[in-house]
Amino acid sequence: MTELIFFINQVVIAGAVLGSIYALGAIGITLIFGILRFAHFAHSELMTGGAFIAFLLATLFAAWGVTAPIPMGFVVLPLAMVLGAVFALGIDKGFYAPLRKRGAKPVTLLIASIGVTLMIQGLIRLFFGSGSYSFFENEPKDVFRVDMSALGSTRPLVITEPQILMIAVTAIAVIALHLFLTRSRLGKAMRAMADNADLAQVSGINTALVVRVTWVIAGALACMAGTMLALDVTLKPDLAFNIILPIFAAAIVGGLGQAYGAIAGGLLIGFAETLAVFNWSMVLKPLNAVLPEWMQLPQTLALVPTEYKLTVAFVILVVTLLVRPTGIFKGASS
Amino acid sequence: MIRRSLTLFAGLFVLILVIGWFMGVPFTSSRLVEAAAYSLIAMGLNIQWGYGGLFNFGIMGFMMLGGVAVTFISYPVNPQFWGSDGPWMLGRALIAFGAGALLVIAAQQSHRVGVRGGWKMALTALAWFIGYCVYRSQIDPAAAYIEANAGWVGGLGGHPVLGWIFGGVLAAGAAYIVGKITLGLRTDYLAIATIGISEIIRALVKNMDWLTRGTLTVSPIPWPTPLPGDYQAGGMDAQTALLAARGGFLLLVLVIFAVAMFLISRAYAGPWGRMMRAIRDNHISSASMGKNVTARQLEIFVFGSVLMGIGGAILVSFVQINDPSSYQPINHTFLIWVMVIVGGAGNNWGAVFGAVLIWLVWIISDPLAQLLFGTISHWSGQIGWGEIPDIQSRASQMRIFVLGAVITIALRFAPRGLIPEVVRREG
Amino acid sequence: MALIELKHVVGGYGGAPILNGVDIAIEQSDIGVIVGPNGAGKSTTLKAIFGLLKVTGGTITFNGESVANSLPDKLVPKGLSFVPQEKNVFTSMSVEENLEMGAFTRKDDFSDTMTWVYEMFPVLAEKRRQPAGELSGGQRQMVAMGRALMSKPKLLMLDEPSAGLSPRYVIEIFETIVRVNKEGVGILMVEQNARQALAFASKGFVLAGGQNRFTGTGAELIADPEVAKSFLGG
Repeated sequence: MTELIFFINQVVIAGAVLGSIYALGAIGITLIFGILRFAHFAHSELMTGGAFIAFLLATLFAAWGVTAPIPMGFVVLPLAMVLGAVFALGIDKGFYAPLRKRGAKPVTLLIASIGVTLMIQGLIRLFFGSGSYSFFENEPKDVFRVDMSALGSTRPLVITEPQILMIAVTAIAVIALHLFLTRSRLGKAMRAMADNADLAQVSGINTALVVRVTWVIAGALACMAGTMLALDVTLKPDLAFNIILPIFAAAIVGGLGQAYGAIAGGLLIGFAETLAVFNWSMVLKPLNAVLPEWMQLPQTLALVPTEYKLTVAFVILVVTLLVRPTGIFKGASS
Repeated sequence: MIRRSLTLFAGLFVLILVIGWFMGVPFTSSRLVEAAAYSLIAMGLNIQWGYGGLFNFGIMGFMMLGGVAVTFISYPVNPQFWGSDGPWMLGRALIAFGAGALLVIAAQQSHRVGVRGGWKMALTALAWFIGYCVYRSQIDPAAAYIEANAGWVGGLGGHPVLGWIFGGVLAAGAAYIVGKITLGLRTDYLAIATIGISEIIRALVKNMDWLTRGTLTVSPIPWPTPLPGDYQAGGMDAQTALLAARGGFLLLVLVIFAVAMFLISRAYAGPWGRMMRAIRDNHISSASMGKNVTARQLEIFVFGSVLMGIGGAILVSFVQINDPSSYQPINHTFLIWVMVIVGGAGNNWGAVFGAVLIWLVWIISDPLAQLLFGTISHWSGQIGWGEIPDIQSRASQMRIFVLGAVITIALRFAPRGLIPEVVRREG
Repeated sequence: MALIELKHVVGGYGGAPILNGVDIAIEQSDIGVIVGPNGAGKSTTLKAIFGLLKVTGGTITFNGESVANSLPDKLVPKGLSFVPQEKNVFTSMSVEENLEMGAFTRKDDFSDTMTWVYEMFPVLAEKRRQPAGELSGGQRQMVAMGRALMSKPKLLMLDEPSAGLSPRYVIEIFETIVRVNKEGVGILMVEQNARQALAFASKGFVLAGGQNRFTGTGAELIADPEVAKSFLGG
C-alpha cells in the first residue's frame, strides 16, 4: 500500500499537473494552427510573458496589502489572463498581421514567430535578468498530507495547494472552452474557419474577428499555463522555452487543429514523461524479499534517466509521425 | 545586381578594416576564422532553406555533433582507457545493441510467420522494449566503469581534418534519420523535429561523460595547422607567430569553403538545381511530373547538415575546447537564421555575406551594448534615478532582443535579403 | 432596374486579366445560367462578383449599389450568397451547424429560415446531427445550398451545382433550384450540363475568352444554331 501511495504522489499527481500545463499550451498552438495555418513558436513566450505578468500583479497586490486564502498567483490569474490576451493580440497586430496582409506564406509567419520569440526573451531577460523568481517568497506553499495509515500505508498522500487548484482550474478552462466551441456562434465560426477557411469567408463569417478571438483564447490560456508552471516550479526567463518540444508534440499527437486532441495529447505526454523517469525500484522494492540474491533490484530503475526526459516527448512525436501523422484526432498532415 | 553585391562586399571589407583598427589584429583574425566557419554553416542552411524551402531549427545539434566528432578523432589517445576493461565492456554493449536491433528487425518481419495487425505492433513494441533493456543493462555499467577508472574514452589521435569529415558524416546520419521521418509531411513538423533532435543531442553530449567528458570539457584539441607555439619555436616573435598560425588555419578553412561553394554552385546551376527550384516553388506540380520530391528533399537536407557538422567541427578545433554547455539555440541556431535571412535566402553569396556581417556585428555588439548601457546608467545615476543593476548581463540580453527585431524587420521590409536570389527564367 | 448588373467587368488574379469585359444583368425573378468552354471565365465571373478576386475595370451594381471589390462579409448581409463548386461544406461540423454558419451575418432569430430550409430539403432534417463530411455527394450539395440560403439572399450564385453528381441527383438539384427561384430568390449559376440548364434558364450567357459571346433567354440560345454547334456539342 505504501508503494501505491508513493506511486500516486510521484506519478498520478505530478503527471496530471504536467499534463494540464502541456494541454493548455497545446490548445493555443493547435487553435492558432487551425485558423492561421502556421506553427506559432512564440507560444512559449506568451506563456513565459503571461507568467511574468501574473508575477508582477501578484507582487503588486501583495504590496497593496491584499490577502487571500488561496495563493496570490491564483487570485491575480483572471486579470493576468486578460492582460495575456491583450499581449497576444498586440503581437499579432504588430508582427503577424502585416505579413498576412502582404500575402506572406505561413512559413514566413513561422520564421517571424522565431523573431518574436527572441524579442520577448530578450525583453524579459533585460528587465528581470536571468535568475529565477518564486511566487511563494512571502507566503507559504500549503501542503496537504492525507494520512493513509487506515489503508495500511506508512506514507501520507501528499498534494500541494497549487496543485489542487491547477487541476481544478484546468478542468474549468477545458469545460469553458468546450462550451464555447460547441454552443456559441463565434466558437462555431472558429471551428468552421479551422475546417475550411475559404468557405468560412464565403459564408460571410468575419474572419478577422475569428482571428482576434483565436489570439485572445490562445493568449489567455498561455498565460494560465505559464503561471501554473511558474507556481509549480519557479519562474525564470526560459521557463516555457524549455518545454516547447513537449507542447508541440502534444499538439501534433492530438492532431493539429483539434482542440480536444491537444488536451488528450498534453495529458498523454505529461503522464508518459512522469512515468518514464519514475523510479520503479521504489514501488517494486517488496519484490526483493522473494527474488533470489542475483536478481535483486538496483537502487534506481527508471526507464529513462531524468537528464533525458526530453526524449520521451520526442519519441512519442516520432512514433505518431510514423504510425499516424494526422494524430489521434485526425488533424492536418500535409 | 552584381554591382550591388560588390558594393556590399566592399562595405564589409571596410568594416573588417575598421574592426581591425579598433580591436587589434589578433582579435580580428580570430573573428575572421570563425566567420569563415559560420559562412560554411550558413551555406548549409541556405541549401536547406533557400534552395529546398526546408526548416532546420536544429543547427545547434548538428554543430555539436561536429564538435564531438573532431574531439573524438583528433584528441590524443587515453592509455588509461585502452589499458582497462573499458573497451571490452563497450564491445559487449555493442553486441547487446546489435542483439536488440536484430530482435526489433525480427519482430518487424514477424508477418512472415503469420503474426498480423495489432499483434505485430505489440510484438514490435515489446521487441523495442526488450532490446532497450538489454542494451541499457550493458551500457550503464560500462559507462560507470569507464568514468570511474579512466575518466573517459579519450580520442583516437587522428588528423583534425579527418575529424571534420567525421563531423560531416555524423551530422549526415542525424539529418537522414530526422528527414526520413518528417519529410513528406508538413514542413512545420520538420521544424519541430529538428528542434527536438538538437535538444536531445545536447542532452546526450552533456551527460554522456564517458564518451564526451560532458560538462568537464575537453581541451586542448589539436590544430590541423601549426600552432603559434610551433612557429615561435622556429624563432618567430609572438605576434608574427600568432598571425602566421591563424593565417594558416584561415587558409585551410577558406580552401574547404571554396571547394564547397564551387561544388554547390555547379550543382545548383545544373539540372539538379533546376529540379530543386521546381520542387520548392511548386511542390504539387513537380510531384505530378513524376519527380520524387521527398527523396530530393532528403538529399538536400542531408547535404546542408553535412556543412553544419563540418562548420561546427572547425569551430571546436579552432577554439581548442569542446564545451557542451557553451551551446545555446540562440547563438547556434537562430543567429544562423538571421545570417541567411538578412543576407538573402537562395543566394549563396548572400548567405556568406550575411554570415560574415552578422557574426562581426554580433561580436562587436557586445562591447557596444556595454558602452551604451554604461552611458545610460551613468546618466540615470546623475539625474538621480540610480544606476542600472547588473549591467553586464542586461547588456548582453539586449542583443537577443535585437536579433529578434532584425528577423521581424527583415521579413517585413526586405523579405528577400540584402543580396537576393537571382530569379532564373526556366525555359 | 436589374437586381445585379455587371458592365464590362475586367479582372483577374494579379497577372493577365481573365475577364475581359463581361456583361450580365439578372432580375430577382430570373434564373441566369452562364455556359461556355473551359477557361472561358465562368467561375471567375462569380468569384469577381463575390470579391474573391480583383476587379480592375467595369462596374458591378447590386440593388443599385456599387459592390465591386467588396468582401463577402459585407456582401452576404446585402443579400448575396455563393455556393462554391468544391469543398462547399464544413465536413467536421454537423448539418445543423453548417446551416448556422450560413446565418452568421444575421443578428435576428433565424429559426424560421432553418425550418424553411429543412422543408425544402427534408433529408437534411433527418441528418441534422450528422457531420456533413459523412453525407453523400448529392446531400452535401443540399447542405451547401441550404447554408447559402440561411442568409435569406436575394441572389444565390452557384458554381456548377451538378458537378460530379449522378444523373438522378442532377435532376433533383435542378428542380430544387427552380423551386428556390419560385420562392423569390434570383439565381445565377455556372453549368457544364449546358443544354439541360439552359432549358429552364430565363437568361443565358455564353462566355468565351473572358467575354460575352451570346446573350439571350435560355430557349433562344438553345435554338441558335451557332451556339448549339460551338458550345452545346451539336
